[in-house]
Amino acid sequence: MQKYKVSFPHIANYWVPMKILFSEGLDVEYVVPPPITKRTLDLGSRYSPDYVCAPFKYCLGNYIETMEAGANTLVQAGGVCRLGYYGELHEQILRDLGYEVRFVNMARARFSKPLIIYNHFREINPHMSVKRIARILPVVLKMVECMDEIEDYMRKNIGFEVQNGSLAAVYEEFLTDISQVRTKRELRRAYNRCKKRLRRVPLNVPQHPLRVGIVGEYYTIMEPFSNHYIERELARMGVIIDRWMNITNSLRPSRKRDIRNRIKPYAKYHMGATSMYTIGKALEFAKRKYDGIIHVKSFGCTPEMDAMPALQNISSDHKIPILYFSFDTQTSDTGIQTRLEAFYDMMIMRNEAK
Amino acid sequence: MIIGIPRAFLYHRYSTLWKTFFEELGIEYVISPATTREIMSQGMACAIDEACLSSKVYIGHVEWLIDRCDKILVPRISYYGPHGTVCTKFQAIYDVVRNTFRSRSAEFLDYNIDTQTPEGEPKAFLKLGKSLGRRTSSSMRAYLVARQALKADELMEQRLQEKQLDEPGIKVLVVSHRYNIYDKFIGEPILQDLRRMGVVPVLADAVNRQEAVNAAAEISGTLPWAFNKELVGAMALWKERVDGIMLVSTFPCGPDSLVNEIVVRRIDDIPILNLVIDGQEGSAGLETRLESFIDVIKFKRDDYSAEV
Ligand code: SF4
Ligand code: SF4
Repeated sequence: MQKYKVSFPHIANYWVPMKILFSEGLDVEYVVPPPITKRTLDLGSRYSPDYVCAPFKYCLGNYIETMEAGANTLVQAGGVCRLGYYGELHEQILRDLGYEVRFVNMARARFSKPLIIYNHFREINPHMSVKRIARILPVVLKMVECMDEIEDYMRKNIGFEVQNGSLAAVYEEFLTDISQVRTKRELRRAYNRCKKRLRRVPLNVPQHPLRVGIVGEYYTIMEPFSNHYIERELARMGVIIDRWMNITNSLRPSRKRDIRNRIKPYAKYHMGATSMYTIGKALEFAKRKYDGIIHVKSFGCTPEMDAMPALQNISSDHKIPILYFSFDTQTSDTGIQTRLEAFYDMMIMRNEAK
Repeated sequence: MIIGIPRAFLYHRYSTLWKTFFEELGIEYVISPATTREIMSQGMACAIDEACLSSKVYIGHVEWLIDRCDKILVPRISYYGPHGTVCTKFQAIYDVVRNTFRSRSAEFLDYNIDTQTPEGEPKAFLKLGKSLGRRTSSSMRAYLVARQALKADELMEQRLQEKQLDEPGIKVLVVSHRYNIYDKFIGEPILQDLRRMGVVPVLADAVNRQEAVNAAAEISGTLPWAFNKELVGAMALWKERVDGIMLVSTFPCGPDSLVNEIVVRRIDDIPILNLVIDGQEGSAGLETRLESFIDVIKFKRDDYSAEV
């Protein structure tokens, strides 16, 4: 029997729990996708239709690089919006390019339907053991939660490190630590250790630091390469960065009704994909008197551009500046840098005028 | 009270349904005119820059209706029953319009179809009638009459297309969302050019919807969007009966960007032209592309006849 070497598209640091889920839970070899680089995007763009949204291109490039690294089974994420249709076209394009590879399309998976998920897992490895997966799945989910919590803390503090890179160094170690973790107990220990060490990192927080909230489309907001590392740039400017969107929060459906009620003046209906969260969080940042909001998405992303008229109204109702980024494959780093700096200067000026 | 109906998007699918419904209830309405340059540029000015051209046209029509009526009809649709979902634009458009024109003191009238079952539509129309102060029984009757009228229209259109398919001469299957191909600025110039070249355009969107949705899976198995399923299904059903296929999309249409690529990769026994309209192209450029496409079809035809 051929050995399964499975991979899943890259997004931020989530490959760590993914790897544990696949190798421990499903007993298959997991090929960690190479980090997203310019080459990933170039490869993806070369074989993608022109004006498809960028996550499609990144994932395609990522698949190619993962196969180069030895994967023979590609798991395709499902999801709302166009994501549900990505898989079929990805597969067609890769087959046309001559790749012999197995695809497991999770387009119809819902987290609320364990049976469907189970069937998909069976597809990945028919010999899987339910016990194994039942043992590791809760650990993996908890791990994602811990990561999201720590990253949230980092975003809020990284701008004020006395020594650049000290928080990131602690976090890197945490990632290495948890890649060995197999139980919730071990996870808790690693998490507590990391937290303790993070708190010991010397910070130099000014009295009234600027606070910036980031909202936007699922992939672009989470995969730092695709948003040109704007969080890193903002950190360099010394601001508090607040971002609600991450895997943990997007998986919590219980919050949906809450958000929808709060944004009624701007959105009577659900406008698709992440738009509701975008509007909801932007409104919250505005009400909490943040200094600015940054909206990120890939070029042509319909639900996020449809949220923009609402954002513009929030901006004028609450007198909060919003910077809009729409990334395509041609976007230049310098352009982004310049706009970020201008935005920063403006926030400083407004702050002084207060 | 006068209801304003934008002549864009779902108007091109439901005009009979809407008009009959309002007429039966004795409600006056006004429809924006066929897209003019003015409407188009208003739409471009008011909409978000990178929005698809079709939605800019829609915004332009809504703008035209402000101050010309009491309430503008902007429905919101999320599902087409078992046929699938829609582009998120149709889920969002009501709120997009409301936010875009917030400072213009316009009122909007909506109905919402948000269930995966076919009862969504009648329920939505009863609610719509109620919000206009009509009794449930009269709204129900009006809706049923309107549905009948729409059905009759659709049947007639299907028959006409079937007839076109039997005509001699070069036939091109024009695959495009109805709101694009019937738009004065987007689709009509293309249809006119084709006719002038002596080509019979067959509209994919006039297919029998149920049959098309069933046939779509022959070409693409996981398509989520009802409108695209209809179009893809029309290709599956009719491609043997036409000489070429023209995909006409507006820039940067999300669903079409993916679906067209699948189509081009999977249908390889017939010439396909993939046209993307962004509202900036001159008519001369368009004509040249159409002409050379028709040339390709002709070469292919001649070749085949030489073989037999
Ligand atoms: S949410 Fe935006 S980026 Fe994601 S699939 Fe939809 S259109 Fe593309
Ligand atoms: S399907 Fe395409 S043209 Fe139609 S509204 Fe959506 S993006 Fe626009």
